[in-house]
Amino acid sequence: MTDTATLPNSLRSQPDQNGHFGAFGGRYVAETLMPLILELEKVYKAAKADPAFDAEYAELLRTYVGRPNPLYYAERLTEALRAKAEPGKGAKIYLKREELNHTGAHKINNCIGQALLARRMGKKKVIAETGAGQHGVATATVAALFGMECKIFMGAKDVERQKPNVFRMKLLGAEVIPVHSGSSTLKDSMNDALRYWVSNVHDTFYIIGTAAGPHPYPELVRDFQSIIGKEIRSQIMEAEGRLPDMLIAPVGGGSNAIGMFHPFLDDPEVAMIGVEAAGEGLDKKHAASLAGGKSGILHGNRTYLLQDEDGQITEAHSISAGLDYPGIGPEHSWLHEIGRVQYMPIKDDEALESFQTLSRLEGIIPALESAHAVAAAEQVAPTLDADKIIVVNLSGRGDKDIFTVADALGVEM
Amino acid sequence: MPVTDRLSTRFAACKAQGRAALITFVTAGDPDVAATPAILDALVAGGADIIELGMPFTDPMADGPAIELANLRSLGSGTKTSDVFALAADFRARHPQTPLILMGYANPMLARGSTWFADQCKAAGVDGVICVDIPPEEDAEIGPALRAVGVHLVRLATPTTDAARLPAVLDGASGFLYHVAVAGITGKQQAAQANIELAVAKLKAATDLPIAVGFGVRSPEQAAAIGRVADGVVVGSAIVDIVGSHGDAAAPFVQDFVASLSGAILPRTQETAA
Repeated sequence: MTDTATLPNSLRSQPDQNGHFGAFGGRYVAETLMPLILELEKVYKAAKADPAFDAEYAELLRTYVGRPNPLYYAERLTEALRAKAEPGKGAKIYLKREELNHTGAHKINNCIGQALLARRMGKKKVIAETGAGQHGVATATVAALFGMECKIFMGAKDVERQKPNVFRMKLLGAEVIPVHSGSSTLKDSMNDALRYWVSNVHDTFYIIGTAAGPHPYPELVRDFQSIIGKEIRSQIMEAEGRLPDMLIAPVGGGSNAIGMFHPFLDDPEVAMIGVEAAGEGLDKKHAASLAGGKSGILHGNRTYLLQDEDGQITEAHSISAGLDYPGIGPEHSWLHEIGRVQYMPIKDDEALESFQTLSRLEGIIPALESAHAVAAAEQVAPTLDADKIIVVNLSGRGDKDIFTVADALGVEM
Repeated sequence: MPVTDRLSTRFAACKAQGRAALITFVTAGDPDVAATPAILDALVAGGADIIELGMPFTDPMADGPAIELANLRSLGSGTKTSDVFALAADFRARHPQTPLILMGYANPMLARGSTWFADQCKAAGVDGVICVDIPPEEDAEIGPALRAVGVHLVRLATPTTDAARLPAVLDGASGFLYHVAVAGITGKQQAAQANIELAVAKLKAATDLPIAVGFGVRSPEQAAAIGRVADGVVVGSAIVDIVGSHGDAAAPFVQDFVASLSGAILPRTQETAA
């Protein structure tokens, strides 16, 4: 991994030594967890400086995850948008095929890295929170790979809605613990994972699924996911001989997006759009923390949160379970405030439309999360000149979503 | 610190009687705002020395099921931050001498900024604040504002707080030091008495602040045993459970239970004589 600490004037040198990205990030955890968080930070620093750690991570990504995955020119999508655009307009759209990874999404990049850290710390038990079950499946997968005991906390409502993934996790040897507290969804599964962790700090490693939580999680998850942006860099140079003009990625917690963006933050010619889930609309139920929230403290970090004037967390909504979270990773909050990344809301129905469009035009069924990014590209590409290049992060595949989509389209299966 | 510091006065008075202070916790607005004053009065009538008033939060991730449910009952019945401060101010008017601590999470406390929060505490007669998810590393979020108005920031020490870390916890701590007896959430496991004694001895060697012990203290017997070694005993979930069972009618049941706790925490001299 590159040492960004040597770039003082870089946008890639965050966080500071206390885990702050500008006014965001930090370590807002109960005292019981602080010593472990500080130890994790030490272990991670040592791992980063150890070429053997990086080599093992790279080898697993290559032989187990299936990296590098392709950067694919979506010609039919590009042409379809050009046909509707003004003459000379319609940017060229590439898809970064994270959905081709083992387990079908970008989540595994991070889980492999954190499992290696857990092993370095001598922890043989891992826990994770999951919403739709993608991060749960990825964690259960690496737990099987490393021979670790695994518990997955999942909201009771999600357990009911995502039966195939629950069964997958069990097949992989994990215990799935339904969470009945609060609204029984992703944020509550994170609460219960934290409750379990604080009670079992001595032998348990918490594999957080997104670039959020207390320092050093946002940093290390970003670093593990940065493989996405690094690969895009070399692949687009090979395909086009230059950097792209724009990157587009969906943002829930925002790990795939920060992994895609981070290697390009110091390239001012590369614009970036993070796509938030606008649910039923920003004036109704949604999950767009930047567009509709304000700075607050939850789950170990200061970041933008959906909350009321008393600081009570309000419920998020998105058709995509992976975006259905009332917060966002702290580095995104910072990138939003300094204006380096533009964040754009996409609604449920727009994502549903793009879910079908990409399936029909390219033969790729995207995850609903990724369909949000495709929808944004469909809106932006026709406004750009035809010689511009957009890369969309196709963060996951949509097999998991077919029931949700069928339901939304009124199709009986 | 203010000239008349209710917390130090109360700890000194308990010490003079040769016993530990009984510190009791309930969640503000549980089951609703209207029921809370009678429950707070029942704590005092039952013999509580210091009151911890929980500020409800939607996501109380350091709390076990009992207090989590209390938080949700309170918010479900419509409790607002302004209600919490009104309950505190009314309590202060009825009980001018009983120390009152606000306990809760950073987001509701800081939603309008730390200065606003500290000013509200001061105006309502709140003596101290325990913020579960502000460790010493993030003190700047809340510590300076509270110190500026003379409200104590009570820090937590846990079984994972080792000797190397303890000075950081003590730096900026005031009022008393809250020893979390178990590495875990509220109201679940109980710590072994021997471990508590060892921990309290280590903390006493490091600070002159009174040491209160909480988490997992549910019975008069446990309270009595901890009272023999610590300056304060905190009981929360067991009381909150009673509120959960009896709702609006909980006050007399709360008072009986608290009386059983205060009755068990005997002056050390009296206990030896008995």
